[in-house]
Amino acid sequence: MTTNSDTTKGKISRNGLWDSNVALVQLLGLCPLLAVTSTVVNGIGLGIATLITLVLSNTIVSLIRGFVRSEVRLPVFVLIIASLVTIIELSMQALFYDLYLVLGIFIPLIVTNCAIIGRAEGFASRNPAGPAALDGLMMGLGFLFVLAVLGGMREIIGFGTLFANAELMFGEGAQALTFEPNPDYGGFLLAVLPPGAFFGLAILIAAKNWFDLRPQEKTEVISAVAESV
Amino acid sequence: MIAISRRQVLLSGVFLWLFAVVGTTLVALTEYSTSAAIVENERQLLLRNLYALLPMNRLDNDIATDTLELPASTLLGTDDDSTVYRARLRGEPVAAIFNSIAPDGYNGKIHLLVGVYIDGSLAGVRVVKHAETPGLGDAVEIRKSSWIEDFAGKSLTNPSQDRWRVKRDGGDFDQFTGATITPRAVVAAVRNTLLYYQQNADMIFDQ
Repeated sequence: MTTNSDTTKGKISRNGLWDSNVALVQLLGLCPLLAVTSTVVNGIGLGIATLITLVLSNTIVSLIRGFVRSEVRLPVFVLIIASLVTIIELSMQALFYDLYLVLGIFIPLIVTNCAIIGRAEGFASRNPAGPAALDGLMMGLGFLFVLAVLGGMREIIGFGTLFANAELMFGEGAQALTFEPNPDYGGFLLAVLPPGAFFGLAILIAAKNWFDLRPQEKTEVISAVAESV
Repeated sequence: MIAISRRQVLLSGVFLWLFAVVGTTLVALTEYSTSAAIVENERQLLLRNLYALLPMNRLDNDIATDTLELPASTLLGTDDDSTVYRARLRGEPVAAIFNSIAPDGYNGKIHLLVGVYIDGSLAGVRVVKHAETPGLGDAVEIRKSSWIEDFAGKSLTNPSQDRWRVKRDGGDFDQFTGATITPRAVVAAVRNTLLYYQQNADMIFDQ
């Protein structure tokens, strides 16, 4: 991998959202991912908190990369991330208390999300602030996207609803967002329980791999045909 | 291998220390600026839970602060001190709201708020914290089903004490399809709280 192609805006975005997606390819941060995705709103809530942490930690790590001595860089990164997460947790408790009640115990887990220290060490500590912030944003969006999709899958299969409790995050007006196609749907417990999270993630990873491999198969077929001719 | 000089070690240490100071200061500042809002949020949540059990026009005291610490009790299911909230109207006791625990839920403890009127009848019951199975046992939550509302108005004589069980055990209370353990635990905990009130009513309002 050359550093040049890694730091163009398009490449950073593509890496974060798809090619090196934190959840689907790097398989980092699975603990919060699997634990909170029983509904879309939970997924989006934790996704946004992780995204903010990633952008801020990447930016700060990049800004101080000139001064940090390599022997102490990891403790410094951990310190930055832990402080940021505590600040986010306190702010959430003050501003979005109801959402905090739902996500509360998972917020401190962001500290243990390897994706964050992984990006600090692997990208932000070697690149200028702009690309580092963009990398944090794109990695965060990629993670948020998977959290939301997995939450949606589990919620619609498990509870038969989508965007339930949206008012916790977006205010009372968002109650109208809740979508319940069939009120008589009895629910499918397995999707809500932890195994449902593993099945759901496995399906998403399989779908991504299938999607990525498809064009290659086509070209292989074409080259095979070309060879036979 | 490059030998690290004493000076470099010292520099690294000071640098790390500086970061610890800056990080801790930022966290402390945030804590300072949010603590009032957080305390208020917690108080609002408590009041919301208490007023859900007791119509607001039945009391005129500040129920969130008119409290008493009760020692650990097997009837309340508590291993430690627990708070009881006292509702009064023009100084006269109206009801007590207990923090009781059903210790034998399907997945650990179920924390309850149990409101008892002065005459020993139930104002209402709410589950405040639990880890029961989503979709089965969590029907004890008011957000999931109205089952918990059936307690309002019940007392130790209505139904009689031996009917304070789920229907499967020969009592008066519904269980859920696929989940008997959770409602069984909640019914027993509410009955025990009523027993506790019967034995301690004077003490609760005296102090």
